[in-house]
Amino acid sequence: MEIKIKLNGTEMTADVEPRTLLVHLIREKFSSTGTHIGCDTSSCGACTILIDGKSAKSCTILAVQVNGKEISTVEGLLTAEGLHPIQEGFKENHALHCGFCTPGMMMRAVELLEKNPNPSEDEIRWGISGNLCRCTGYNNIVSAIKYASAKIRGAELPSTEPKFV
Amino acid sequence: MIPSSFEYSAPSTLDEALKMLNELGDEAKILAGGHSLIPMMKLRFAEPEHLVDINNIPGLSYVKEEGEYLIIGAMTREVELEESDIVAAKFPIFLDAAKLIADPQVRNWGTIGGNLAHGDVANDHPAVMIALDAEVEITGQNESRWVSINEFFMGFYTTAVQEGEILTAIRIPNASGKNGNSYHKNERKVGDYATAGVAVNITLDDSGTCTAVGIGLTNVNPTPLKAERSEQALIGTKLDDAAIANAAQYASEDCKPSDDLRGSVDYKRRIVKTLTKRMIIKAMERAN
Ligand SMILES: Cc1cc2nc3c(=O)[nH]c(=O)nc-3n(C[C@H](O)[C@H](O)[C@H](O)COP(=O)(O)OP(=O)(O)OC[C@H]3O[C@@H](n4cnc5c(N)ncnc54)[C@H](O)[C@@H]3O)c2cc1C
Ligand code: FES
Ligand code: FES
Repeated sequence: MEIKIKLNGTEMTADVEPRTLLVHLIREKFSSTGTHIGCDTSSCGACTILIDGKSAKSCTILAVQVNGKEISTVEGLLTAEGLHPIQEGFKENHALHCGFCTPGMMMRAVELLEKNPNPSEDEIRWGISGNLCRCTGYNNIVSAIKYASAKIRGAELPSTEPKFV
Repeated sequence: MIPSSFEYSAPSTLDEALKMLNELGDEAKILAGGHSLIPMMKLRFAEPEHLVDINNIPGLSYVKEEGEYLIIGAMTREVELEESDIVAAKFPIFLDAAKLIADPQVRNWGTIGGNLAHGDVANDHPAVMIALDAEVEITGQNESRWVSINEFFMGFYTTAVQEGEILTAIRIPNASGKNGNSYHKNERKVGDYATAGVAVNITLDDSGTCTAVGIGLTNVNPTPLKAERSEQALIGTKLDDAAIANAAQYASEDCKPSDDLRGSVDYKRRIVKTLTKRMIIKAMERAN
Protein backbone atom coordinates (compact mmCIF):
# COMPACT_ATOMS: atom_id res chain seq x y z
CA MET A 1 0.00 0.00 0.00
CA GLU A 2 1.32 3.43 -0.98
CA ILE A 3 1.51 5.90 1.91
CA LYS A 4 2.61 9.49 2.19
CA ILE A 5 3.87 11.11 5.37
CA LYS A 6 5.78 14.17 6.44
CA LEU A 7 8.89 13.10 8.35
CA ASN A 8 10.46 15.98 10.26
CA GLY A 9 9.02 18.37 7.70
CA THR A 10 9.98 16.45 4.56
CA GLU A 11 7.35 14.76 2.38
CA MET A 12 8.09 11.05 2.08
CA THR A 13 6.31 8.21 0.30
CA ALA A 14 6.68 4.50 0.80
CA ASP A 15 5.13 1.30 -0.39
CA VAL A 16 4.41 -0.81 2.71
CA GLU A 17 2.63 -3.99 3.64
CA PRO A 18 -0.27 -3.25 6.02
CA ARG A 19 1.50 -5.24 8.73
CA THR A 20 4.62 -3.06 8.67
CA LEU A 21 5.07 -1.36 12.03
CA LEU A 22 5.71 2.36 12.05
CA VAL A 23 9.05 1.91 13.83
CA HIS A 24 10.26 -0.35 11.02
CA LEU A 25 9.16 2.13 8.37
CA ILE A 26 11.09 4.89 10.15
CA ARG A 27 14.24 2.87 10.81
CA GLU A 28 14.46 0.62 7.77
CA LYS A 29 12.79 2.45 4.87
CA PHE A 30 13.67 5.97 5.96
CA SER A 31 16.99 5.06 7.64
CA SER A 32 16.24 7.26 10.64
CA THR A 33 17.76 5.00 13.24
CA GLY A 34 17.56 7.50 16.09
CA THR A 35 14.22 5.94 16.98
CA HIS A 36 15.09 2.80 18.95
CA ILE A 37 13.44 -0.54 19.57
CA GLY A 38 13.86 -1.61 23.17
CA CYS A 39 11.17 -4.02 24.25
CA ASP A 40 9.00 -4.39 21.14
CA THR A 41 6.07 -4.90 23.58
CA SER A 42 4.80 -1.32 24.11
CA SER A 43 6.46 -1.04 27.51
CA CYS A 44 9.79 0.82 27.36
CA GLY A 45 9.14 3.96 25.29
CA ALA A 46 12.47 3.80 23.39
CA CYS A 47 10.46 3.94 20.15
CA THR A 48 8.54 7.11 21.13
CA ILE A 49 7.93 9.55 18.28
CA LEU A 50 5.35 12.30 17.72
CA ILE A 51 2.38 11.86 15.40
CA ASP A 52 0.83 15.26 14.66
CA GLY A 53 2.52 16.44 17.85
CA LYS A 54 1.26 13.62 20.08
CA SER A 55 3.71 11.15 21.56
CA ALA A 56 3.20 7.53 20.58
CA LYS A 57 5.02 4.22 20.77
CA SER A 58 5.88 3.48 17.16
CA CYS A 59 6.28 -0.26 17.85
CA THR A 60 2.52 -0.40 18.49
CA ILE A 61 1.28 1.53 15.47
CA LEU A 62 0.99 0.36 11.89
CA ALA A 63 2.71 2.44 9.23
CA VAL A 64 -0.55 2.56 7.23
CA GLN A 65 -2.29 4.24 10.19
CA VAL A 66 -0.17 7.38 9.82
CA ASN A 67 -0.85 7.91 6.14
CA GLY A 68 -1.16 11.68 5.61
CA LYS A 69 0.18 12.58 9.05
CA GLU A 70 3.23 14.42 10.35
CA ILE A 71 5.86 12.37 12.14
CA SER A 72 8.59 13.92 14.29
CA THR A 73 11.59 11.94 15.43
CA VAL A 74 14.72 12.80 17.37
CA GLU A 75 16.51 13.66 14.10
CA GLY A 76 14.22 16.66 13.73
CA LEU A 77 15.13 18.28 17.06
CA LEU A 78 18.34 19.93 15.89
CA THR A 79 17.71 23.03 13.77
CA ALA A 80 19.82 25.73 12.16
CA GLU A 81 19.57 27.64 15.45
CA GLY A 82 21.28 24.76 17.25
CA LEU A 83 20.23 22.22 19.82
CA HIS A 84 16.59 21.99 20.89
CA PRO A 85 16.18 23.08 24.56
CA ILE A 86 15.51 19.47 25.54
CA GLN A 87 18.76 18.34 23.88
CA GLU A 88 20.63 21.10 25.65
CA GLY A 89 18.97 20.07 28.92
CA PHE A 90 20.10 16.45 28.51
CA LYS A 91 23.62 17.53 27.56
CA GLU A 92 24.06 20.01 30.41
CA ASN A 93 22.61 17.70 33.06
CA HIS A 94 24.33 14.45 32.12
CA ALA A 95 20.89 12.95 31.59
CA LEU A 96 22.16 9.95 29.63
CA HIS A 97 24.66 7.19 30.10
CA CYS A 98 24.28 4.56 27.35
CA GLY A 99 21.82 6.80 25.49
CA PHE A 100 19.48 4.05 24.40
CA CYS A 101 16.38 5.52 26.04
CA THR A 102 17.32 9.11 25.21
CA PRO A 103 15.58 9.70 21.86
CA GLY A 104 12.29 8.34 23.19
CA MET A 105 12.68 10.21 26.47
CA MET A 106 13.31 13.49 24.66
CA MET A 107 10.40 13.08 22.24
CA ARG A 108 8.08 12.34 25.15
CA ALA A 109 9.44 15.39 27.01
CA VAL A 110 8.80 17.58 23.96
CA GLU A 111 5.06 16.84 24.07
CA LEU A 112 4.97 17.12 27.87
CA LEU A 113 6.47 20.63 27.71
CA GLU A 114 4.29 21.60 24.79
CA LYS A 115 1.19 20.88 26.89
CA ASN A 116 2.57 22.02 30.21
CA PRO A 117 5.52 24.41 29.85
CA ASN A 118 6.11 24.60 33.61
CA PRO A 119 5.57 21.11 35.02
CA SER A 120 6.16 20.24 38.67
CA GLU A 121 8.61 17.46 39.53
CA ASP A 122 5.64 15.15 40.12
CA GLU A 123 4.13 16.01 36.74
CA ILE A 124 7.47 15.35 35.05
CA ARG A 125 7.82 11.95 36.72
CA TRP A 126 4.24 10.93 35.75
CA GLY A 127 4.86 12.44 32.33
CA ILE A 128 7.77 10.10 31.59
CA SER A 129 6.22 7.06 33.29
CA GLY A 130 5.99 5.29 29.92
CA ASN A 131 9.75 5.56 29.31
CA LEU A 132 12.23 3.24 30.99
CA CYS A 133 15.87 4.10 31.62
CA ARG A 134 18.16 1.37 32.92
CA CYS A 135 21.14 3.64 33.54
CA THR A 136 20.54 7.06 34.99
CA GLY A 137 18.16 6.47 37.87
CA TYR A 138 15.98 9.20 36.30
CA ASN A 139 17.06 12.11 38.53
CA ASN A 140 19.20 13.75 35.88
CA ILE A 141 16.48 13.22 33.28
CA VAL A 142 14.06 15.10 35.52
CA SER A 143 16.67 17.87 35.89
CA ALA A 144 17.09 17.98 32.11
CA ILE A 145 13.37 18.46 31.60
CA LYS A 146 13.28 21.20 34.26
CA TYR A 147 16.19 22.89 32.48
CA ALA A 148 14.42 22.69 29.10
CA SER A 149 11.25 24.05 30.69
CA ALA A 150 13.14 27.10 32.01
CA LYS A 151 14.87 27.60 28.68
CA ILE A 152 11.60 27.44 26.73
CA ARG A 153 9.91 29.90 29.10
CA GLY A 154 12.88 32.25 29.09
CA ALA A 155 13.22 31.80 32.85
CA GLU A 156 16.47 31.64 34.81
CA LEU A 157 18.24 28.36 34.06
CA PRO A 158 18.59 25.99 37.02
CA SER A 159 22.07 25.04 38.22
CA THR A 160 23.58 22.06 36.41
CA GLU A 161 26.05 21.27 39.20
CA PRO A 162 25.73 17.59 40.13
CA LYS A 163 23.71 17.03 43.28
CA PHE A 164 25.01 14.38 45.65
CA VAL A 165 22.18 12.69 47.47
CA MET B 1 7.65 -9.16 16.23
CA ILE B 2 5.54 -8.53 13.15
CA PRO B 3 1.86 -9.49 12.76
CA SER B 4 0.88 -12.03 10.13
CA SER B 5 -0.38 -10.57 6.85
CA PHE B 6 -3.78 -8.94 6.56
CA GLU B 7 -5.73 -6.60 4.34
CA TYR B 8 -6.34 -3.06 5.58
CA SER B 9 -9.18 -0.62 4.95
CA ALA B 10 -9.87 2.75 6.50
CA PRO B 11 -13.46 3.72 5.62
CA SER B 12 -14.42 7.36 6.07
CA THR B 13 -18.06 6.91 7.09
CA LEU B 14 -19.84 4.75 9.63
CA ASP B 15 -22.16 3.30 6.95
CA GLU B 16 -19.22 2.27 4.82
CA ALA B 17 -17.53 0.64 7.82
CA LEU B 18 -20.68 -1.28 8.79
CA LYS B 19 -21.20 -2.47 5.22
CA MET B 20 -17.61 -3.67 5.06
CA LEU B 21 -17.87 -5.46 8.41
CA ASN B 22 -21.05 -7.19 7.32
CA GLU B 23 -19.52 -8.37 4.07
CA LEU B 24 -16.33 -9.59 5.69
CA GLY B 25 -17.99 -11.35 8.66
CA ASP B 26 -15.61 -13.06 11.06
CA GLU B 27 -12.58 -12.41 8.84
CA ALA B 28 -12.58 -8.78 9.94
CA LYS B 29 -11.56 -6.99 13.10
CA ILE B 30 -12.11 -3.38 14.00
CA LEU B 31 -8.98 -1.31 14.64
CA ALA B 32 -9.51 1.54 17.12
CA GLY B 33 -6.51 2.72 19.18
CA GLY B 34 -4.83 -0.59 18.44
CA HIS B 35 -3.14 -0.73 21.84
CA SER B 36 -4.68 -4.06 22.77
CA LEU B 37 -5.15 -5.47 19.29
CA ILE B 38 -1.74 -4.75 17.74
CA PRO B 39 0.20 -6.28 20.68
CA MET B 40 -1.99 -9.39 20.35
CA MET B 41 -1.39 -9.49 16.58
CA LYS B 42 2.36 -9.14 17.10
CA LEU B 43 2.25 -12.16 19.40
CA ARG B 44 0.00 -13.91 16.85
CA PHE B 45 -2.69 -14.39 19.49
CA ALA B 46 -4.91 -12.63 16.96
CA GLU B 47 -4.57 -13.15 13.21
CA PRO B 48 -7.43 -11.27 11.55
CA GLU B 49 -7.52 -11.44 7.77
CA HIS B 50 -8.82 -7.92 7.44
CA LEU B 51 -8.52 -4.84 9.63
CA VAL B 52 -11.19 -2.18 9.38
CA ASP B 53 -9.62 0.98 10.80
CA ILE B 54 -12.34 3.27 12.21
CA ASN B 55 -10.00 6.17 13.04
CA ASN B 56 -10.96 8.12 9.90
CA ILE B 57 -14.69 8.17 10.67
CA PRO B 58 -15.62 11.64 11.88
CA GLY B 59 -18.01 12.22 14.79
CA LEU B 60 -17.09 9.29 17.04
CA SER B 61 -14.88 11.24 19.42
CA TYR B 62 -16.54 13.60 21.95
CA VAL B 63 -17.44 14.08 25.61
CA LYS B 64 -20.71 15.93 26.13
CA GLU B 65 -23.63 16.36 28.49
CA GLU B 66 -27.02 15.75 26.93
CA GLY B 67 -30.23 15.66 28.93
CA GLU B 68 -29.84 13.17 31.75
CA TYR B 69 -26.54 11.80 30.50
CA LEU B 70 -22.84 12.24 30.07
CA ILE B 71 -22.14 10.78 26.64
CA ILE B 72 -18.71 9.62 25.51
CA GLY B 73 -18.00 8.80 21.87
CA ALA B 74 -16.42 5.38 21.37
CA MET B 75 -13.29 6.81 19.69
CA THR B 76 -12.60 9.28 22.49
CA ARG B 77 -8.99 8.78 23.60
CA GLU B 78 -8.06 8.29 27.24
CA VAL B 79 -6.18 11.60 27.15
CA GLU B 80 -9.30 13.46 26.02
CA LEU B 81 -11.23 12.16 29.01
CA GLU B 82 -8.31 13.13 31.24
CA GLU B 83 -8.41 16.68 29.91
CA SER B 84 -12.19 17.16 29.87
CA ASP B 85 -13.64 19.85 32.19
CA ILE B 86 -16.99 18.06 32.56
CA VAL B 87 -15.17 14.93 33.68
CA ALA B 88 -13.01 16.84 36.15
CA ALA B 89 -16.08 18.44 37.73
CA LYS B 90 -18.41 15.45 38.00
CA PHE B 91 -16.50 12.24 37.34
CA PRO B 92 -13.16 12.32 39.13
CA ILE B 93 -13.35 8.50 38.96
CA PHE B 94 -12.10 8.77 35.35
CA LEU B 95 -9.10 10.80 36.47
CA ASP B 96 -8.36 8.22 39.16
CA ALA B 97 -8.46 5.52 36.48
CA ALA B 98 -6.61 7.46 33.78
CA LYS B 99 -3.58 7.98 35.96
CA LEU B 100 -3.36 4.20 36.40
CA ILE B 101 -4.08 3.11 32.83
CA ALA B 102 -0.80 2.36 31.09
CA ASP B 103 1.21 5.53 30.40
CA PRO B 104 0.83 8.85 28.56
CA GLN B 105 1.80 7.49 25.13
CA VAL B 106 -0.70 4.63 25.36
CA ARG B 107 -3.38 7.03 26.60
CA ASN B 108 -2.81 9.24 23.55
CA TRP B 109 -4.04 6.35 21.38
CA GLY B 110 -6.19 3.97 23.42
CA THR B 111 -9.93 4.64 23.11
CA ILE B 112 -12.68 4.27 25.69
CA GLY B 113 -14.77 2.21 23.26
CA GLY B 114 -11.84 -0.11 22.58
CA ASN B 115 -11.14 -0.49 26.29
CA LEU B 116 -14.68 -1.88 26.76
CA ALA B 117 -15.04 -3.73 23.43
CA HIS B 118 -11.83 -5.65 24.06
CA GLY B 119 -13.74 -7.49 26.82
CA ASP B 120 -10.64 -7.94 28.95
CA VAL B 121 -11.27 -8.19 32.72
CA ALA B 122 -7.84 -6.69 33.32
CA ASN B 123 -8.88 -3.40 31.70
CA ASP B 124 -9.98 -0.63 34.04
CA HIS B 125 -12.96 0.99 32.30
CA PRO B 126 -15.28 -2.02 32.63
CA ALA B 127 -15.39 -1.79 36.45
CA VAL B 128 -15.65 2.01 36.31
CA MET B 129 -18.60 1.78 33.89
CA ILE B 130 -20.28 -0.86 36.07
CA ALA B 131 -20.03 1.46 39.08
CA LEU B 132 -21.48 4.32 37.02
CA ASP B 133 -24.34 2.15 35.67
CA ALA B 134 -23.39 3.01 32.08
CA GLU B 135 -25.09 1.92 28.88
CA VAL B 136 -23.29 1.16 25.66
CA GLU B 137 -24.57 2.04 22.19
CA ILE B 138 -24.07 -0.72 19.65
CA THR B 139 -24.69 0.19 16.03
CA GLY B 140 -25.42 -2.30 13.26
CA GLN B 141 -26.32 -1.82 9.61
CA ASN B 142 -30.02 -1.58 10.31
CA GLU B 143 -30.42 -0.38 13.85
CA SER B 144 -28.66 0.81 16.93
CA ARG B 145 -29.43 -0.23 20.50
CA TRP B 146 -28.43 0.69 24.03
CA VAL B 147 -27.21 -2.20 26.15
CA SER B 148 -26.75 -2.04 29.92
CA ILE B 149 -23.13 -2.48 30.95
CA ASN B 150 -24.37 -5.31 33.19
CA GLU B 151 -25.34 -7.27 30.08
CA PHE B 152 -22.33 -6.26 28.01
CA PHE B 153 -19.51 -8.55 29.16
CA MET B 154 -20.30 -12.13 28.13
CA GLY B 155 -17.04 -13.97 28.81
CA PHE B 156 -13.36 -14.19 27.96
CA TYR B 157 -12.80 -11.42 25.35
CA THR B 158 -16.48 -11.59 24.35
CA THR B 159 -19.03 -8.81 24.62
CA ALA B 160 -22.54 -8.00 23.37
CA VAL B 161 -21.02 -6.48 20.21
CA GLN B 162 -21.90 -8.95 17.43
CA GLU B 163 -20.26 -9.54 14.07
CA GLY B 164 -20.91 -6.58 11.81
CA GLU B 165 -21.56 -4.15 14.68
CA ILE B 166 -19.63 -1.23 16.09
CA LEU B 167 -19.66 0.13 19.63
CA THR B 168 -20.40 3.81 18.99
CA ALA B 169 -20.97 5.52 22.36
CA ILE B 170 -21.22 5.12 26.12
CA ARG B 171 -23.71 7.03 28.25
CA ILE B 172 -23.71 7.56 31.99
CA PRO B 173 -26.82 8.73 33.85
CA ASN B 174 -26.53 11.89 35.95
CA ALA B 175 -27.01 11.27 39.63
CA SER B 176 -29.82 12.96 41.51
CA GLY B 177 -28.55 14.11 44.87
CA LYS B 178 -25.06 14.39 46.28
CA ASN B 179 -22.79 12.16 44.22
CA GLY B 180 -19.22 10.99 44.60
CA ASN B 181 -17.14 8.39 42.76
CA SER B 182 -13.66 6.93 42.96
CA TYR B 183 -11.38 4.22 41.59
CA HIS B 184 -8.14 2.64 42.61
CA LYS B 185 -6.21 -0.41 41.55
CA ASN B 186 -3.17 -2.10 42.97
CA GLU B 187 -0.46 -2.52 40.38
CA ARG B 188 3.03 -3.99 40.60
CA LYS B 189 4.55 -1.07 38.73
CA VAL B 190 3.42 1.93 36.67
CA GLY B 191 1.67 0.78 33.49
CA ASP B 192 0.83 -2.68 34.76
CA TYR B 193 -2.64 -4.18 34.66
CA ALA B 194 -4.49 -4.39 37.98
CA THR B 195 -3.69 -6.99 40.60
CA ALA B 196 -7.16 -5.95 41.76
CA GLY B 197 -9.17 -2.75 41.29
CA VAL B 198 -12.33 -1.31 42.82
CA ALA B 199 -14.67 1.37 41.43
CA VAL B 200 -17.35 2.97 43.62
CA ASN B 201 -20.12 5.46 42.79
CA ILE B 202 -22.33 6.71 45.61
CA THR B 203 -25.38 8.97 45.79
CA LEU B 204 -26.60 10.42 49.10
CA ASP B 205 -29.74 12.35 49.99
CA ASP B 206 -29.66 15.48 52.14
CA SER B 207 -29.74 13.48 55.36
CA GLY B 208 -26.65 11.52 54.25
CA THR B 209 -28.55 8.30 53.55
CA CYS B 210 -27.21 6.29 50.63
CA THR B 211 -29.89 6.18 47.92
CA ALA B 212 -27.91 4.64 45.07
CA VAL B 213 -24.58 2.88 44.77
CA GLY B 214 -22.56 1.05 42.14
CA ILE B 215 -19.47 -1.06 42.82
CA GLY B 216 -17.36 -2.67 40.07
CA LEU B 217 -14.29 -4.89 40.44
CA THR B 218 -11.32 -5.21 38.05
CA ASN B 219 -9.39 -8.40 37.29
CA VAL B 220 -10.65 -10.58 40.16
CA ASN B 221 -13.31 -12.56 38.31
CA PRO B 222 -13.73 -14.26 34.90
CA THR B 223 -15.68 -11.15 33.76
CA PRO B 224 -15.78 -7.61 35.19
CA LEU B 225 -17.84 -7.99 38.38
CA LYS B 226 -20.72 -5.96 39.76
CA ALA B 227 -20.49 -6.44 43.53
CA GLU B 228 -24.23 -6.65 44.13
CA ARG B 229 -24.23 -7.93 47.70
CA SER B 230 -21.87 -5.09 48.65
CA GLU B 231 -24.16 -2.56 46.99
CA GLN B 232 -27.17 -3.92 48.89
CA ALA B 233 -25.25 -3.68 52.15
CA LEU B 234 -24.92 0.09 51.66
CA ILE B 235 -28.32 1.11 50.26
CA GLY B 236 -30.50 2.83 52.87
CA THR B 237 -27.66 3.17 55.40
CA LYS B 238 -25.78 6.28 56.45
CA LEU B 239 -22.57 4.51 55.38
CA ASP B 240 -21.57 3.84 58.96
CA ASP B 241 -18.49 1.75 59.74
CA ALA B 242 -20.47 -1.47 60.06
CA ALA B 243 -22.16 -1.07 56.67
CA ILE B 244 -18.84 -0.31 54.99
CA ALA B 245 -17.17 -3.29 56.68
CA ASN B 246 -19.97 -5.59 55.45
CA ALA B 247 -19.74 -4.26 51.90
CA ALA B 248 -15.97 -4.77 51.88
CA GLN B 249 -16.28 -8.30 53.26
CA TYR B 250 -18.94 -9.29 50.68
CA ALA B 251 -16.86 -7.96 47.77
CA SER B 252 -13.89 -10.05 48.88
CA GLU B 253 -16.12 -13.14 49.20
CA ASP B 254 -18.09 -12.73 45.97
CA CYS B 255 -15.19 -12.29 43.53
CA LYS B 256 -13.35 -15.25 41.99
CA PRO B 257 -9.74 -14.22 41.47
CA SER B 258 -7.15 -16.62 40.09
CA ASP B 259 -3.69 -17.46 41.34
CA ASP B 260 -1.14 -15.90 39.01
CA LEU B 261 2.03 -13.82 38.79
CA ARG B 262 0.23 -10.89 40.37
CA GLY B 263 -0.58 -12.81 43.55
CA SER B 264 -2.47 -15.60 45.25
CA VAL B 265 -6.24 -15.85 45.56
CA ASP B 266 -6.11 -14.97 49.25
CA TYR B 267 -3.89 -11.93 48.65
CA LYS B 268 -6.22 -10.61 45.96
CA ARG B 269 -9.31 -11.03 48.16
CA ARG B 270 -7.56 -9.03 50.86
CA ILE B 271 -6.77 -6.27 48.39
CA VAL B 272 -10.40 -6.21 47.25
CA LYS B 273 -11.55 -5.90 50.85
CA THR B 274 -9.19 -3.06 51.67
CA LEU B 275 -9.75 -1.17 48.41
CA THR B 276 -13.55 -1.50 48.64
CA LYS B 277 -13.48 0.09 52.06
CA ARG B 278 -11.13 2.87 50.96
CA MET B 279 -13.03 3.64 47.77
CA ILE B 280 -16.39 3.82 49.58
CA ILE B 281 -14.91 6.31 52.03
CA LYS B 282 -13.30 8.34 49.25
CA ALA B 283 -16.51 8.43 47.18
CA MET B 284 -18.46 9.44 50.29
CA GLU B 285 -16.01 12.27 51.01
CA ARG B 286 -16.30 13.47 47.44
CA ALA B 287 -20.11 13.39 47.66
CA ASN B 288 -20.09 15.62 50.72
C1 LIG C 1 1.75 -1.15 27.70
C2 LIG C 1 0.25 -1.15 27.83
C3 LIG C 1 -0.31 -1.07 29.09
C4 LIG C 1 -1.70 -1.05 29.24
N1 LIG C 1 -2.22 -0.93 30.49
C5 LIG C 1 -3.56 -0.85 30.65
C6 LIG C 1 -4.14 -0.67 31.93
O1 LIG C 1 -3.44 -0.57 32.94
N2 LIG C 1 -5.48 -0.60 32.02
C7 LIG C 1 -6.29 -0.66 30.92
O2 LIG C 1 -7.51 -0.57 31.08
N3 LIG C 1 -5.78 -0.85 29.70
C8 LIG C 1 -4.44 -0.94 29.54
N4 LIG C 1 -3.92 -1.11 28.27
C9 LIG C 1 -4.83 -1.30 27.15
C10 LIG C 1 -5.17 0.00 26.47
O3 LIG C 1 -5.93 0.80 27.36
C11 LIG C 1 -5.95 -0.24 25.17
O4 LIG C 1 -5.85 0.93 24.45
C12 LIG C 1 -7.41 -0.61 25.30
O5 LIG C 1 -7.58 -1.79 26.05
C13 LIG C 1 -8.03 -0.92 23.95
O6 LIG C 1 -8.42 0.22 23.31
P1 LIG C 1 -7.96 0.50 21.82
O7 LIG C 1 -8.70 1.70 21.38
O8 LIG C 1 -6.51 0.56 21.76
O9 LIG C 1 -8.57 -0.77 21.08
P2 LIG C 1 -7.99 -1.75 19.97
O10 LIG C 1 -6.73 -2.37 20.41
O11 LIG C 1 -7.99 -1.07 18.66
O12 LIG C 1 -9.15 -2.84 19.97
C14 LIG C 1 -9.33 -3.77 21.02
C15 LIG C 1 -10.45 -4.74 20.65
O13 LIG C 1 -11.71 -4.10 20.66
C16 LIG C 1 -12.32 -4.09 19.37
N5 LIG C 1 -12.88 -2.74 19.19
C17 LIG C 1 -12.22 -1.56 19.39
N6 LIG C 1 -13.05 -0.52 19.23
C18 LIG C 1 -14.26 -1.05 18.91
C19 LIG C 1 -15.53 -0.46 18.65
N7 LIG C 1 -15.71 0.88 18.68
N8 LIG C 1 -16.57 -1.29 18.36
C20 LIG C 1 -16.40 -2.63 18.37
N9 LIG C 1 -15.22 -3.24 18.61
C21 LIG C 1 -14.16 -2.45 18.88
C22 LIG C 1 -11.21 -4.43 18.40
O14 LIG C 1 -11.70 -5.09 17.27
C23 LIG C 1 -10.32 -5.32 19.24
O15 LIG C 1 -10.80 -6.62 19.26
C24 LIG C 1 -2.54 -1.13 28.09
C25 LIG C 1 -1.97 -1.22 26.82
C26 LIG C 1 -0.59 -1.22 26.67
C27 LIG C 1 -0.02 -1.32 25.30
S1 FES D 1 10.08 -0.63 21.71
FE1 FES D 1 8.18 0.38 21.66
S2 FES D 1 7.73 0.62 23.74
FE2 FES D 1 9.57 -0.55 23.81
S1 FES E 1 20.75 6.14 29.43
FE1 FES E 1 20.91 4.00 29.25
S2 FES E 1 18.82 3.40 29.26
FE2 FES E 1 18.69 5.48 29.73
